[in-house]
Amino acid sequence: MHAFGDHKKNLSQLALAILVVALLALVPACGSDYYVSLFISIFKYTVLTVSWATFCGPTGYMSLASAAFLGSGMYVTALLGDTLPLPLIVLIGGAASLLLALVAGLASLRIRGIFFAMFTLGLSEGVKGFINWWEISKTGRQGRLVISASGTTVFYTMLIILVMALLTSYLIRRSKFGLALRSIGQEQQAAEHIGINVNAVKLITFAATSFWIGATGSIIVTQWSYVDTQVAFSVFYSFMPTVMALFGGLGNMLGWILGSVVFTILSELLLTPFPYYYMLIFGIVIVSVFLFFPSGLVGLVTRWRKA
Amino acid sequence: MIVLEIVIGGLLTGGIYALLAAGFSLQYGVARVMNVSHGEFIMLGAMSTYSLYVALGVNPLVSLAIVGPVLFPIGFLLNKLLFQRIRKLAGSGDVFEGWSMLVSFGLLFIIQNIALLSWSADQRGYSFLAFPISLAGLRIPANRLVALAVALAIGFSFFLFLMRTSLGKAVRAAAQEETGAQLIGINIRWMHCLCFGFGASLAGLAGVLISTMFTVSPFIGLPYTIIAIIVVVLGGLGNIIGSLVGGLILGLVSSIVLHIEPSLELVSLYVLFMLILLIRPRGIFGK
Amino acid sequence: MRICEGEGVTKYFGGLAAVIDVDFYVDQGEIVGLIGPNGAGKTTFFNLISGALAPTSGVILFKGDNITGLRPYQICRRRIARTFQLVKIFPDMTVFENVVLGSLFGSHNLRGSAQEEAMEQIRFVRLLEKKDMLARDLTVANQKRVEVARALATKPELLLLDELVAGLNPAEVDEIIALTKAIRDRGITVVMIEHVMKVIMNISDRIIVLHHGEKIAEGTPSQIASSKKVIEVYLGT
Repeated sequence: MHAFGDHKKNLSQLALAILVVALLALVPACGSDYYVSLFISIFKYTVLTVSWATFCGPTGYMSLASAAFLGSGMYVTALLGDTLPLPLIVLIGGAASLLLALVAGLASLRIRGIFFAMFTLGLSEGVKGFINWWEISKTGRQGRLVISASGTTVFYTMLIILVMALLTSYLIRRSKFGLALRSIGQEQQAAEHIGINVNAVKLITFAATSFWIGATGSIIVTQWSYVDTQVAFSVFYSFMPTVMALFGGLGNMLGWILGSVVFTILSELLLTPFPYYYMLIFGIVIVSVFLFFPSGLVGLVTRWRKA
Repeated sequence: MIVLEIVIGGLLTGGIYALLAAGFSLQYGVARVMNVSHGEFIMLGAMSTYSLYVALGVNPLVSLAIVGPVLFPIGFLLNKLLFQRIRKLAGSGDVFEGWSMLVSFGLLFIIQNIALLSWSADQRGYSFLAFPISLAGLRIPANRLVALAVALAIGFSFFLFLMRTSLGKAVRAAAQEETGAQLIGINIRWMHCLCFGFGASLAGLAGVLISTMFTVSPFIGLPYTIIAIIVVVLGGLGNIIGSLVGGLILGLVSSIVLHIEPSLELVSLYVLFMLILLIRPRGIFGK
Repeated sequence: MRICEGEGVTKYFGGLAAVIDVDFYVDQGEIVGLIGPNGAGKTTFFNLISGALAPTSGVILFKGDNITGLRPYQICRRRIARTFQLVKIFPDMTVFENVVLGSLFGSHNLRGSAQEEAMEQIRFVRLLEKKDMLARDLTVANQKRVEVARALATKPELLLLDELVAGLNPAEVDEIIALTKAIRDRGITVVMIEHVMKVIMNISDRIIVLHHGEKIAEGTPSQIASSKKVIEVYLGT
């Protein structure tokens, strides 16, 4: 909020960000399918985490709707994949997610903490169940074939989506909107009395951040040739953004990015040597995070610095 | 005739739902933990009963007496060692609610995957009292009637426990007003562990009954957890008796939908759930 | 000129009547005191004006427009602001951030002018040296000043103060009296709920008395002080 020192810091941060994106763009050129796939995963979870945290961080809401948004995007591609060009489909996937968020948000953003969490969990499971029923009654089968796209296409699309999601988050947080969100999280009644249209601010932020989740779903599903509701709307996607954001440190964007990157790499490292025990170890890691690192990685680093 | 069929079906499903929800209600209402892994205890009860029956020929009704007491200390210790520590780290009540839910999600993973490693992902079933009995012109499988009787018996005993015994009254007091309960000398932390243990036991018992009627696998947990959440919200968060009533009501609704469009059963429950949250979040008996 | 008035304002919570059939008016530039025993319905009355609650029946007008049942943010934009009995500052934000939120959303749209407005109000309530402190780290007295500055930053024409003086020592009370007068001198109409008689009698132009949700008396401080009804209500018969 204050003048000149900020500008310099902003410029150097921007330069660093551009550098990182440029380096990332070179990854496919190094020829390893494994790394391309790994980065796609990292991008995917980072978009989920950052989108989740941009709304839920300052307001204190616990949204478990990420699975609903991601799965919607996936099914848009599954249904429209061979009739429209891919970039359009990704946008439609994002739009479907945004629409869902608007409807769900209009209905539920007035209700309190734990109820909102349960509502969004119900939403994710409900959308899953509804699409499942629809699929079975229309096609008789539970799953569906999906168009494929090359790893490189998916990589660059995800990179663009990631940059856009981070940009959206950054702009929201740095604007008066971001300040308003924090005030709503801390003292909602007072926020409303100083002229903030609380319902509108919450709804717009909730919907805007959901767009990128839907777009992500639309593109990553092209990596698999088959999708069903169990996979698309997995409860995993509902909880993981929260866990990763908390793991990294809830207070700032760097924490969210760090949390998702470290967690994704960690899960990759666990997957190869322990294909059968992988999920089990994952569960143990999640529980351990809360027992031993409640303030997240960023908190840990802060404590090391102080010591 | 159809009405009778629906009602009996509703009571049966409702009885099971009431048991599941009562356990969940104890864990949320008293220990304030939104235990997303609750369904996994149901699954453990179901899978163990299957194994005991198939490998050792143990009658499922006997398994009730095994599963309940085994799961109680597990639930008790989980609360004592895990959730109490989270409570200390969390500071405020709201933060604790959020964190404990996430931790229970980790538990879900752990329990579900231990089960997957032990039993594999296949659906398992066994035949127990599968012959039909004629009742008022209907033919109902005997195992369903037995399960209904057992569920109602457990539910009713639990109801009496809550209303008539001093421990039961202490549990209700702790659920309604924790500070007040402490002021009259109730050891609240011990109460949290106790109720968590009871909750796990009730879940396991429900699982035993479920295994006598349906096929089971390590994946049946989460849908039951969500049903437990729906029932508890319908009955009123924190009101344990309310969850018993809510379970019966939801069972009836489920039975009705089953007769109209069977594959929409779960979806209709979710829709009902969201409607409740929007119109009357405190449920029937909630404050 | 009447800046705010209401007729038949009533609020029921289920079967409980909190405010019953209250007619009132506030002239521009006045300081009106609102008193009454605990539970008389004073804060509920403020909630009805500020939009936090909608009346069960009755009409509230502000500058001739019907504001009954509008949302709080709409009422704020029409130039009515308030403070709260239990201070509702944003604890994890600085004093400056608290106040600038008021000017950003309540009165100005551009960052630059909003910042200037915030600084001016912070200076007005004498919190300049503390402007970068977290609101949670301030004393209650200072937190109340933050709330006042934040409300003033929305450029209200009518300011509702809810028990500003509660819990303050005599020196702080005198400062609040001076502050309230300074606010009125800026052309802002003030309605204040208070229990401390010294403050009310000292600065109010007019006083309204509520009891069990009903208006039982209205008049100048000296009229109220000599009203038998009011004395009965406060001291019992």
